[in-house]
Amino acid sequence: MKMTMSQKLLASKAGLDSVKPGQLIMANVDLVLGNDITSPVAIAEFAKFGRKEVFDKEKIALVPDHFAPNKDIKAAEQCKCMRNFAHDYNITNYFEVGKMGIEHALLPEQGLVTAGDLVIGADSHTCTYGALGAFSTGVGSTDMACGMATGKAWFKVPTAVRFNLTGKFNENIGGKDLILHIIGMIGVDGVLYQSMEFTGPGIQNLTIDDRFTVANMAIEAGAKNGIFPVDDITLDYLKAHGKKVPQIFEADEDAVYEKVIEIDLSTIKSTVSFPSLPDNTKTPEQWGLVKIDQVVIGSCTNGRLSDLRKAAKILKGKTINSNVRCIILPATQQIWKEAMNEGLFEIFIDAGAIVSTPTCGPCLGGHMGILAEGERAVSTTNRNFVGRMGHVKSEVYLAGPEVAAASAVKGYLADPNEGDN
Amino acid sequence: MKAKGKAYKYGNNVDTDVIIPARYLNSSVASELAQHCMEDIDDTFTKTVEKGDIIVADKNFGCGSSREHAPIAIKESGISCVIAKTFARIFYRNSINIGLPILECPDACDNIEKGDEVEVDFETGKITNLTKNIEFQAEPFPQFMQSLIEAGGLVAYMVKKGDK
Repeated sequence: MKMTMSQKLLASKAGLDSVKPGQLIMANVDLVLGNDITSPVAIAEFAKFGRKEVFDKEKIALVPDHFAPNKDIKAAEQCKCMRNFAHDYNITNYFEVGKMGIEHALLPEQGLVTAGDLVIGADSHTCTYGALGAFSTGVGSTDMACGMATGKAWFKVPTAVRFNLTGKFNENIGGKDLILHIIGMIGVDGVLYQSMEFTGPGIQNLTIDDRFTVANMAIEAGAKNGIFPVDDITLDYLKAHGKKVPQIFEADEDAVYEKVIEIDLSTIKSTVSFPSLPDNTKTPEQWGLVKIDQVVIGSCTNGRLSDLRKAAKILKGKTINSNVRCIILPATQQIWKEAMNEGLFEIFIDAGAIVSTPTCGPCLGGHMGILAEGERAVSTTNRNFVGRMGHVKSEVYLAGPEVAAASAVKGYLADPNEGDN
Repeated sequence: MKAKGKAYKYGNNVDTDVIIPARYLNSSVASELAQHCMEDIDDTFTKTVEKGDIIVADKNFGCGSSREHAPIAIKESGISCVIAKTFARIFYRNSINIGLPILECPDACDNIEKGDEVEVDFETGKITNLTKNIEFQAEPFPQFMQSLIEAGGLVAYMVKKGDK
């Protein structure tokens, strides 16, 4: 049949035996997601259908996370619009402040996504759930509105690039270094309109959190989706979190890929994206002295418990540099509680960092850590575009939690594998 | 249907954060968004843009977030068409879904300069640089996307179709 994993999943959801690259299909979705920025636009579009009900109140997730807790009056109005809609249409999976978290950490944790699902979300990082063997992709508010009304979405069947992973990470290297390395290699439009399919024996050496981080940034290479095969690590995670029954899709042995890229995980170094595109990556020998003003550890990319543990390991017994504000944002309430119970907050606070409630906040220059003119941040987030975290003349350096924590201590961009970290 | 206007010219990887910065996304009112369109890379845009004008850019236009506010801000500014070498995929589908005409045409992008008078014929995909008197041919849309555009966007198409 010559289909990739993504193509097989799409064919199944479109009720077809097979699909070909470039084919336009209408497919049934398993989950439709929106946040406080994208949902108000979608809700206005949804009204044009004149429906009294959504297609399935269990299959819609609404998460106020970007400018929530409400950052100003206008943001409060947007959250209110979404809250009212959730109430009026009896949306089961609406997550109020107190229950909410950053959407792409929250939904898998709550068991709302499983292997084999087709998920659309009005947020570009919806591609995160490819870590679980789902086809998930970011769309706009109009697609979200149609998804909520009809349970369907249109897709152009993508071609794929296969990333064959071998080997094992070295100390203090993780999923973020891997995906930044890949984006640096292929560029921000390196896989435009395509699937990134990850395969190979190296996958067994990636934790589920590594996979979330890698799939999360597929969009930063222009991809439609990033997807991992389902193995015991996936199934263990789904069993611990899942309410849904997983469906496993596998690529055909003779599946056609536009390209195969081989990556030995043991060769990956600490990797940082310099301003102002994620593909402007550099490894420690190219960094030079980059003095910083702020460190952000959190986001849908790196705000999970394992990320906080990695940061805590480096920050334990250390002091944040006096020129740096270090802001740590656990991605969900559950992660917050576990991090607190493990004693991670004591390490962070003793070091001089602050711990925020879950929010996307500073990642998109929303709130909770905006940069002034000329300021620089090392951040575990996913974009370093011009003005992304604040002033148009501020700078964002993307990194994993180990580099971010080591940099917070030094006051400049620092490799956790160098010196006395 | 035809569009005609002066060209605004941008480079590679124009992202949605510069098309409409997130600091303005606490509103979804089109006219408010349009007031800040492109301001982080071109502070003259909102002051000089006129109805019918055309944006011409290089590769990967609209990369970054899924915010539909980006094509909404561009459309509300009066821009009649965006021509680029390639578009980022979410921006591409959002533009079609809201009825902002976009065309991929590398030749045109290499041969149109800022301020050139440009005409676009959406039915034939013909792009003309009236200032330099050169014609280019863009890829026509697939039938399905033409139906979406003719219906006036995805919602109108789905409503008309009765979600069959």
